[in-house]
Amino acid sequence: MKYTDYYAALGVERGASADEIKKAYRRLAQKYHPDVSKEPGAESKFKEVAEAYQTLKDPEKRAAYDALGSRPQGEEFRPPPDWTRQHGGNGSEQFSFDDIDFADLFSRFGARGTQGARGGMPGQDFEVPVEISIEDAFRGTTLSLSLSMPEYDANGQLRRVPHTVKARIAAGAVDGQRLRLPGKGGKGFRGGRDGDLYLDISLKPHRLYRATGHDLYLDLPLSPSEAALGTSLEIPTLAGAVSLKIPAGTSSGRKLRLSGRGLPNPRGGAGDLFAVAQIVVPSALSDRERESYQRLAADSNFEPRRHFREEGA
Amino acid sequence: MNHETEVLWLDEHRAVSLHELVEISGLGEAELLELVHTGALPVRDSVGGGYSFSARVVTVARTACRLRDDFELDTHGVGVALKLLERVRDLEQEIARLRAQTPGI
Repeated sequence: MKYTDYYAALGVERGASADEIKKAYRRLAQKYHPDVSKEPGAESKFKEVAEAYQTLKDPEKRAAYDALGSRPQGEEFRPPPDWTRQHGGNGSEQFSFDDIDFADLFSRFGARGTQGARGGMPGQDFEVPVEISIEDAFRGTTLSLSLSMPEYDANGQLRRVPHTVKARIAAGAVDGQRLRLPGKGGKGFRGGRDGDLYLDISLKPHRLYRATGHDLYLDLPLSPSEAALGTSLEIPTLAGAVSLKIPAGTSSGRKLRLSGRGLPNPRGGAGDLFAVAQIVVPSALSDRERESYQRLAADSNFEPRRHFREEGA
Repeated sequence: MNHETEVLWLDEHRAVSLHELVEISGLGEAELLELVHTGALPVRDSVGGGYSFSARVVTVARTACRLRDDFELDTHGVGVALKLLERVRDLEQEIARLRAQTPGI
């Protein structure tokens, strides 16, 4: 297994006092806790910090950790032969360090203290962020999640075990939707209940649509003549193209609602699709186009900024 | 473990009891009730002295448990943190809604 320098993770000296360790942890927790931090990589950074603190705040665990000696971060190592007898177990266990993660090495200390009223240890809950496409949210999808979960072995030692969990996500998931998969987290030990798996759904950015709840927004570029004269257009929706009548005199920013063409609501109905008009002009005009615009400018008495004058008067 | 598994939507359409919330949140009943009484945990129904909650609250209660454990907060501190986080979340949702309505071209 690879050595992890817990003192370095907390930014303290090896001889730091319990109070110094607590202060360092609190400072880093405020910076990286996933519930309060938006820093990139905050969650994994907090895991490192929390793992270090869980061991160093407990005198028994800290003594066991210190007995491993000081090593370079990430160095492959095995605990000394008598380490388990002195620090980890009751002396009679045949203990193997194969497949053990460093993070789980000290779990046996805490595990002894967390046995539930029924004598068992509950399995760990896991929370996994999952990104799905808007198309998947529209049709529903089946996720296949490959997870490495700590499970207690017969000695009560946590070991990482690979798991594949398949989950059918019905149509209608929205950004921020939370799902619970009961009993699909870490396995309980000695009668403890299995942990749960939580999925935190987010929607991938889409090249056309922006989602808010079950509603979708689509930019609808229109030429000046289409906006002024009105027209009928084919609009792409998640269920296929539909015809939309653009009323004459449509200005930029006008929202044209296509009822029920958004994301389905799993409890019935569906959100709406809003086509947001955007009047666009060609970046370069042909001679004939320029002449037509010049003729239009001369003939038109349209005053788009009349309100400037009225407000200023 | 390769078959499709049961998926529960944690939304306002599903209700959970106080007992269930104790089971799955990691908080004790007294802590949950204190958070209810300070308004940090919204109740869906309180019939006959028993509380029920929207399943959306499961996420809030689990966050409360993490805050309690990771910041070593008492229940009062957890309640304040939850309310502030809710305000942040509401503002983030409002920003996301406005962004979705804002043309990208």
